[in-house]
Amino acid sequence: MLSLRSVSAGYGSFRALFDVSLEVAPGEAIGVVGPNGAGKSTLMRVISGMLRSFSGELAFEGRSLTHLPAYRIVEAGIAHVPEHRRLFSKLTVEENLRIGAFLPQARRNYAERSEWVYALFPRLLERRRQLAGTLSGGEQQMVAIGRALMSKPKMLLMDEPSAGLAPLVVEQVFNLVRRIREEGFTVLIVEQNLQQVLEVVDRAYLLEVGRIRLSGSAAELKTNPMIQQAYMGL
Amino acid sequence: MMHEANRRIAPLILAAFGLAVVPFVTSDYVLHIAIQILLWGFVYTAWSLMGKFGLVSLGHGAFLGIGAYVSPLLWNYAGLTPWLGIPIGVLMAVLLALIIGYPCFRLRVIGHYFALVTLALSQVALLTIVAARDITGGSLGMTPRAVGHSWYALQFPEKPYFYAIALVVWVFGIGVWHFVDLGTGRAALDAIAEDEGAAAAIGINVMREKLRVTVASAALTAFGGALLSQYFMYVNPDTLSGIGVSLQIVFAAIAGGMYSAFGPTAGGLFTIALPEILRISMGTNFVGAANTIYGALLVIFIIFMPRGIIGLVERRLAAAPARI
Amino acid sequence: MDIFLLEAIINGILLGGVLALLALGLNLIFGVIDVVWICYAELVMCGMYMIFWLHGFFGWPILIASFAAILGVAGLGVLLHLLVISPILGSAPINQLLATGGMLFFLQSLATLLFGTDFRNIGLRLPIIEFGDIFISYSRLLAFGAALIGAVALYLFLSRTYLGIAMRAIAQDREVMGLMGVDQRRIYLITSAVGGALAGLAACLLVLQYDVHPFIGLSFGPITFMICVLGGLGNMIGGFVAAFVMSQIIAIGGYYFSIEISYVLAFVFFIVLMFIRPQGLLAR
Repeated sequence: MLSLRSVSAGYGSFRALFDVSLEVAPGEAIGVVGPNGAGKSTLMRVISGMLRSFSGELAFEGRSLTHLPAYRIVEAGIAHVPEHRRLFSKLTVEENLRIGAFLPQARRNYAERSEWVYALFPRLLERRRQLAGTLSGGEQQMVAIGRALMSKPKMLLMDEPSAGLAPLVVEQVFNLVRRIREEGFTVLIVEQNLQQVLEVVDRAYLLEVGRIRLSGSAAELKTNPMIQQAYMGL
Repeated sequence: MMHEANRRIAPLILAAFGLAVVPFVTSDYVLHIAIQILLWGFVYTAWSLMGKFGLVSLGHGAFLGIGAYVSPLLWNYAGLTPWLGIPIGVLMAVLLALIIGYPCFRLRVIGHYFALVTLALSQVALLTIVAARDITGGSLGMTPRAVGHSWYALQFPEKPYFYAIALVVWVFGIGVWHFVDLGTGRAALDAIAEDEGAAAAIGINVMREKLRVTVASAALTAFGGALLSQYFMYVNPDTLSGIGVSLQIVFAAIAGGMYSAFGPTAGGLFTIALPEILRISMGTNFVGAANTIYGALLVIFIIFMPRGIIGLVERRLAAAPARI
Repeated sequence: MDIFLLEAIINGILLGGVLALLALGLNLIFGVIDVVWICYAELVMCGMYMIFWLHGFFGWPILIASFAAILGVAGLGVLLHLLVISPILGSAPINQLLATGGMLFFLQSLATLLFGTDFRNIGLRLPIIEFGDIFISYSRLLAFGAALIGAVALYLFLSRTYLGIAMRAIAQDREVMGLMGVDQRRIYLITSAVGGALAGLAACLLVLQYDVHPFIGLSFGPITFMICVLGGLGNMIGGFVAAFVMSQIIAIGGYYFSIEISYVLAFVFFIVLMFIRPQGLLAR
């Protein structure tokens, strides 16, 4: 569904990704794990078009994404829940969802989509008139995911959904991810929280200093001695 | 070494000689234009003292206006000679510059907020002059009481006298420009970068540097305004203060290039000569033509100098360590 | 209370409406695109000339001429954005200010070149209304009413429509807008058109009260900026309130002193407020 072929990217003269190749099949949930500064967020930004790649090929459902601006990539069906959520904190929850449904085809189905999102996150229905900035961290994450789902994407990119949240809330967020999966979305999720993320994904890639070091099924990675030693403290 | 110095000084001596003989070889008309270029060039140079340090003032119309009005008012109503009236006007402009500059720099009002505060200042000056129409003549302007040729009144119907004065004053302005450039140098450049930490770390009082250029700039601008009114023997709020003049100053300094000593004067050459050429070639039907062209050029300059003022400062900053 | 003072206060409120409309347009542009159109009042001047020529010269009905002017100035707003603003979107704010300052110069002198410095009147005089001993010009009342309607329409647009919400969102996080499927350039163009249309509306209202000349922009341009900055650049509600505060200073100052002194007071008030509340001004 999504394929990256030797993609390199970075900021100015600084290179953050080197020859990254990656495949996501429809309905799969894929994790990209690795330490801080490994280039995980850069990878997400390249896929969603926030950052232009230096070289390499990106394709989604057989269509090249390489030169598309971000707003066209959303149209193609990839929604990105950015790092730190990036909500419009001075707009209400409902308005945040409306922005998520900015695309013409999403606007037409706004009523139906918002009903669906509110059913998924009943908490947001109670808070829909509140300013997004006044919500708790977990609720904000719900808004961020809900906002991304409003465009009716085929695939969801999630960048560190658990970052900065209390342990109890992290648990909730991973439950959310599981529910999104059950709804049939293809998910690509970036996380530092290895243990948790390997519970919800099918396969995962290990990214280190901009290069893919390892890949395999979640079960394989969980038992990989190198990963256990370096990332799970076992 | 000597040879090198000679080569640099020789053209300057030649230029000075050239400028000095101008009154003996040309007509009054050419002198009239030359005087305006020198005086306005002086004012633009004064503006660029601040401009090149990132302090974009739209309030210089106020300083110019104070300089232009105070001395003629004192002369007309109190009979005070411009030899005292002009320094009083300059002092008042300096005082105003401190009143506005100090809180601006203390509270770090910068960038376009600084531009807007100074814009308000130029409006205050313009409207005050218009409101005090009983003594200033309002929008109609005023004329210093004419006494014919007089050193005491600083009035010279013969153009060569004013040409000499304008030349001396202009050279003085260039000198101040160099002095400020050398005196503050890198230190001030750091201050512009608004990296107060870095500037303070090398022992720079950022506030004081900013106030210094502001005071120098306001004083010279007021002085220039005073000479313009002495020369024209007429002042008018629209030609010597307010936003229109402020913008014209900014335009000339930027178009001419405020990072070189003669840049603002080049701007002056352009802003004085262009309307004259247009007036002669197209007649007075095209009164707006020159300003139309300035406006368009200003926009074009800024678009095609994409990193603009700040960019040039940055480039200088980047080049500076290499010199050490 | 002194009846003339009351009249001054009422006229101040009416003036405040028009200033508020101007401030709204400027704040909209700043809030969404993050540039200050120093030449905003000159766009109004262009609109006034359009109405003058269409109605006063070619004899179009005033309503149609007004409508055409609103569209015309909206078009100018789009042109301004495409030709001047969009090439310098990434450069320092002060350069953007100077470029639009150049446009101010350009428009003003172009008008002088084309139309001369004559004061032109559309030759439409509306009656004066009398309440007891208070005289209020009908055109001011109309301007006030239209300004309020314009403000309410803008409010509804910004709070109810997708485009409007996107305009409010873009100021908070430009980069993430792309992820929402929003093409920034399109939003900027629409905003420039709406900002221009508001200037056009202001032109329709001002042309009823004032003669048109190339420098008319200078008489309300600077005050509009001060209002926007006072209210917090980009903050529409702040700008709305500031418009009425400033118009009262002008009206009451004009009653006690003279019209110029009243503007001096307003500008001094602005400078002082910049100093005592800079944090309120810098916070958006």
